[in-house]
Amino acid sequence: MLRTLKLAMVLVCAAMLPLPAAAQAIKLGELNSYKTFPAFLEPYKKGMDLAVEEINRSGGLLQRSVELVVRDDNGNPGDAVRVAEELLAREKVDVLMGTFSSAVGLAVADFAKQRRFIFLASEPLTDKIVWENGNRYTFRLRPSTYMQTAMLVAEAAKLGKRRWAIVYPDYEYGKSATAAFRQLMTAQQSATIEFLEFPAPLGKIDAGPVVQAMADARPDAIFSSLFAADLAKFVREGELRGLFRDQAVFNLLGGEPEYLDPLKDEAPVGWYVTGYPWSAIATSEHKRFLDAYRAKYQDYPRQGSVVGYSIVMTAAAAIRKAGSTDTEKLVAAMQGLVVDTPFGRISYRAIDHQSTMGAYVGRIAVKDGKGVMIDWRYANGADYLPADDWVRAHRPAD
Amino acid sequence: MSESAVLIVDRLCKSYGGVHALRELSFSVNSGEKVAVIGPNGAGKTTLFNVLNGQLAADAGAVVFDAASIGGLPPQTIARRGVGRTFQVPATFGSMTARENVQLALFGRHTQLRAAFADARAFEAKESLALLERAGIVALADRSCATLAYGDLKRVELAIALACRPRLLLMDEPTAGLAPSERATLMSLVVALAANDGVALLFTEHDMDVVFAHADRVLVLNRGRLISAGPPSVVRSDPQVRKVYLGPPTLPGNA
Amino acid sequence: MTLSAFLIQLLNGLAGASSLFLVSVGLSLTFGVTRVVNFAHGSLMMLGAYIAYSLIAGLGGGAAGYWAAVALSALAVAGVGVLIERFLLRRLYGAPELLQLTATFGVVLIVKDVVLALWGPEDLLGPRAPGFSGSVNILGSAVPQYDLLLIALGPLVLFLLTWLLRTTRWGILVRAASEDREMTAALGVNQAWLFSGVFFLGALLAGLAGALQLPREPANLNMDLAVIAEVFVVTVVGGLGSIPGAFIAALIIGVAKALCIAIGELAVFGVVLSFPKLTLVAEFIVMAIVLALRPWGLFGRPPALPRPSEQRELLRPPGRPLHVIAAAALIFMALLPLFADEYTLVLLTDISIFALFAASLHFMMGPGGMPSFGHAAYFGLSAYAAALLARTLPMESALLIAPLFAGLAALVYGWFCVRLSGVYLAMLTLAFAQITWSIAFQWDAVTGGSNGLTGVWPAQWLSSRRAYYWLTLTAAAIAILALWRIIFSPFGYALRGVRDSPLRAAAIGIDPRATQWAGFTIAGLFAGIAGALYAFSKGSISPETLSIPRSIDALVMVLLGGLQTLVGPVLGAAVLTSLQDSIVRHTEFWRATVGAVVIALVLFFPDGLAGIVQRMGVRGRHPT
Repeated sequence: MLRTLKLAMVLVCAAMLPLPAAAQAIKLGELNSYKTFPAFLEPYKKGMDLAVEEINRSGGLLQRSVELVVRDDNGNPGDAVRVAEELLAREKVDVLMGTFSSAVGLAVADFAKQRRFIFLASEPLTDKIVWENGNRYTFRLRPSTYMQTAMLVAEAAKLGKRRWAIVYPDYEYGKSATAAFRQLMTAQQSATIEFLEFPAPLGKIDAGPVVQAMADARPDAIFSSLFAADLAKFVREGELRGLFRDQAVFNLLGGEPEYLDPLKDEAPVGWYVTGYPWSAIATSEHKRFLDAYRAKYQDYPRQGSVVGYSIVMTAAAAIRKAGSTDTEKLVAAMQGLVVDTPFGRISYRAIDHQSTMGAYVGRIAVKDGKGVMIDWRYANGADYLPADDWVRAHRPAD
Repeated sequence: MSESAVLIVDRLCKSYGGVHALRELSFSVNSGEKVAVIGPNGAGKTTLFNVLNGQLAADAGAVVFDAASIGGLPPQTIARRGVGRTFQVPATFGSMTARENVQLALFGRHTQLRAAFADARAFEAKESLALLERAGIVALADRSCATLAYGDLKRVELAIALACRPRLLLMDEPTAGLAPSERATLMSLVVALAANDGVALLFTEHDMDVVFAHADRVLVLNRGRLISAGPPSVVRSDPQVRKVYLGPPTLPGNA
Repeated sequence: MTLSAFLIQLLNGLAGASSLFLVSVGLSLTFGVTRVVNFAHGSLMMLGAYIAYSLIAGLGGGAAGYWAAVALSALAVAGVGVLIERFLLRRLYGAPELLQLTATFGVVLIVKDVVLALWGPEDLLGPRAPGFSGSVNILGSAVPQYDLLLIALGPLVLFLLTWLLRTTRWGILVRAASEDREMTAALGVNQAWLFSGVFFLGALLAGLAGALQLPREPANLNMDLAVIAEVFVVTVVGGLGSIPGAFIAALIIGVAKALCIAIGELAVFGVVLSFPKLTLVAEFIVMAIVLALRPWGLFGRPPALPRPSEQRELLRPPGRPLHVIAAAALIFMALLPLFADEYTLVLLTDISIFALFAASLHFMMGPGGMPSFGHAAYFGLSAYAAALLARTLPMESALLIAPLFAGLAALVYGWFCVRLSGVYLAMLTLAFAQITWSIAFQWDAVTGGSNGLTGVWPAQWLSSRRAYYWLTLTAAAIAILALWRIIFSPFGYALRGVRDSPLRAAAIGIDPRATQWAGFTIAGLFAGIAGALYAFSKGSISPETLSIPRSIDALVMVLLGGLQTLVGPVLGAAVLTSLQDSIVRHTEFWRATVGAVVIALVLFFPDGLAGIVQRMGVRGRHPT
């Protein structure tokens, strides 16, 4: 019995021991909800792979090669924390990065704080990750819900509309977008504005009744933060029921290829959106990225590709600047870190760890049976962040 | 109604939809008495038992057990007052051994059912074996009830019922489904055990030999109505009973 | 709201109801006859939408091509349904109840990955239906023609099915089977043939519903799970196996949702109620109300009492071999931190927690005989309670007190649930879990809304992985042993007695309902212990801890491990958790692989993984 037990112990331990790591590679531990949000995250992963390939081709970092260790977090915070533990404890990664939904992003950010380990949040849009729940170890790449809403508000305020119908997916992202929109619009316009809210369950919008209720409310303009299938359902029902006729419509994220492309020739013409007009951006840094991406994948990049690419480039820049993979040194290097991305040069603010990456703001048109963005401009994230005093008041001290 | 009546049924009515299963049914059972209820299929025998042990609520009428009304009480309360029951198709606990079946009945009597942290096996092991012994199946004590033969299950049920120390035992066709020789043995056992414990028996039975051999009194139901009552010899010769149930005198016991 | 606006919203509700009925009716049929809880019904519908998308593009050519594509996709999905029935479910009809559920859970995972691999990750918006692409003006509002088509199609399908079931010989057999399966089998009806036919029709209807949904919704990878809960609700609210019942249920839910949206915000006694937010759980609220009033659904009939002859497996107290093995395993696990790597401890912490969670569900489902589809309610509620209590109390006290909240919730929910039995009971637990989930999801001020709560970390002395692992291991082991002890206490016997034979139990003085109520509460309390341990192990909690997938995971663990044994749930938790953990690292198609392994386990070990242990003679069976 005892001998069997010993043998079992040895076998179990052998099975549990980590495989010897590839010689001295720098490991970027990336966790994300690949199977839950594949439309965004498959291009995202391609973007990351492209960046890693480029870094290694140019000699790696600190004379070491770079390796991605990718894990699926199953779309829930509990599993995400377990996977993060694995990346830290077993894979001994040097940087933790990724996450998509706000709930997972916040959970991993809090985990990073607890374990005192650097975490680069790539996609979660929640404002809380840098403000209310911000912490010393967490940095966020993408322009947040607040920032992107502010970019649209800059256009919306010009129209002087008084009665707004707001439709949103009823969870963190949609609620924050709605709150930010109301707050920013009220601040911008002196006249009183009426806001009518139409919450819809995420992924299960009952588009017919919602569109009807909105039409019955007779708004002057519409602000929406719907995306994916909810957006497609809303667009189709709205068109059929004439909701958008002579109506100014704003839709957060509506110009991202992930959500715009599926609409094909039914893309709602004239809508104001934030997004990524990949085919029309002529800057040299974007052109270089676009060519490399197309050469590698025979496909065009999506918004996710840019985020994936840029998060790896962020990690690389931080490691280069720190000259080390020590978390505390990386955290120090991240303050004010400058990174070159396909959207141009961005920096990570020391005050709240938010990057200044922006988004493209424009209007939707249909060209060759596909939705595109026209009349767009690049809205620099730095211009859409609240005042420093406000940030200090809302972010806990480290 | 005698002083020693353990059960008094007074003008009991029960109908399903438009069908009257029990109509103004009145009778009593004395302490220690063995009373058989007979009648053709659909006469209301099972309905009567289900009303008596609380599974069904009566539409009207009273049921008095041990000088207290038990009408409208739930089955478990009636059981705890001292009314035992066996079923036409024996109902036992299939995931337990014969002994555990009896043990569980003993827990109920000793109100140990709320003990959630005690080890049940320690309780009442002896008494449960003794009961199985009396029922003649102590050899099967550790067999799962899901694997026992039909006749043995009837005996387990009897042991369960007696474990509750009832003052009145309702037995729905105690010998149904058994071979004729087995019937006589089982019924003799039932009667002996009941007599020993001073239990009154109210049972339905199709086998007239069993009825006339063991019943002190016979009640005859037809369409929910009591059409005759009395000692076996009286009932046997009641022309009305013959007409609706027993048939011509040449074929007794072949109902 | 004007009257015309109200009427138009009613019309919208009817369209939604019709669409819901079309998806649900197939399940109502298969569920009614085979009693297979087919989680893959939503997957079949999703498959219908994707196939239709491709066929419509492939066939091209106007209206004829379009409608031919719709019909062909329904047929294709019907074929898939028959394959699932023939090669998977048919092997499991003799298996313990609900085991098919585990198998169809595997199918869900596989279908999702297959669809992702074949059609890619992007949503696919199909063209509008030819002939029904515009809208018509009704009372001054534009109403899509396609909505009107759907409103007509629902009753048409209802009519056709009713005709099929009432007049054809096959239909009469199907109806007989949904009322009494054993009786139909006893009459010599070829059950295999009947079930295949039912599955063909059920899958056909699912595929048709998917194809018909395409003009209203892009084919997307979330369709399966988005619809499945709702579909079960419709089936149960209507009454198992009742097609008209499903129709009425869909009508109630569809119209209720549309009206919630139409009402908008309403001030009641100074409190602003947002009715559109109710659409998140409207169907579950409807179900809770209906089941509280009509325990067998609107048109359902009480199932025949469980046959006394029903085979039950003997449940034996843990014998000496099991004691020895359990002790050895515990000692081994307690010593593990001395030589295993840190992540192993994290994984084993998860496994210990889920083992307890599964054991508490097993207590309720196995000895208690009360299946639950909403066990996460108690797990998550306690996790939330722990997180909230930890803000003001020391973490240790929060950990101890939090499970009481789960117990309290179980006490309240249980009072309603124990009035039902079988699938109806399970669905009511689901309804309560979903209502709890939606409160956590929407009550931002207290629960943090969809984000949940962060900063739920253990006290300093427990903050290392090793310390927390020991705590979890100790707590889970004690709790599981306590559950086992309860199972073999007089109360445990009474609980099992009520499950085996409610009649017999009542006849010996056991109060069936009170006993089940107590059992329900104990199960909730112990799930709560797992939930509180979980919260502090993760540092954060989110509504996900209350969600359907969390409940389903526990269910799969219990069934995979084996419902009739004590060690089953523990084994099931260990296997499923480590499976998910290891496979996810090795293949991109980890979801399908997990699904396939689950199916294989179910097919090879229908008695559960604990069956292997039994066969090895650890728990000697009495010779029979």
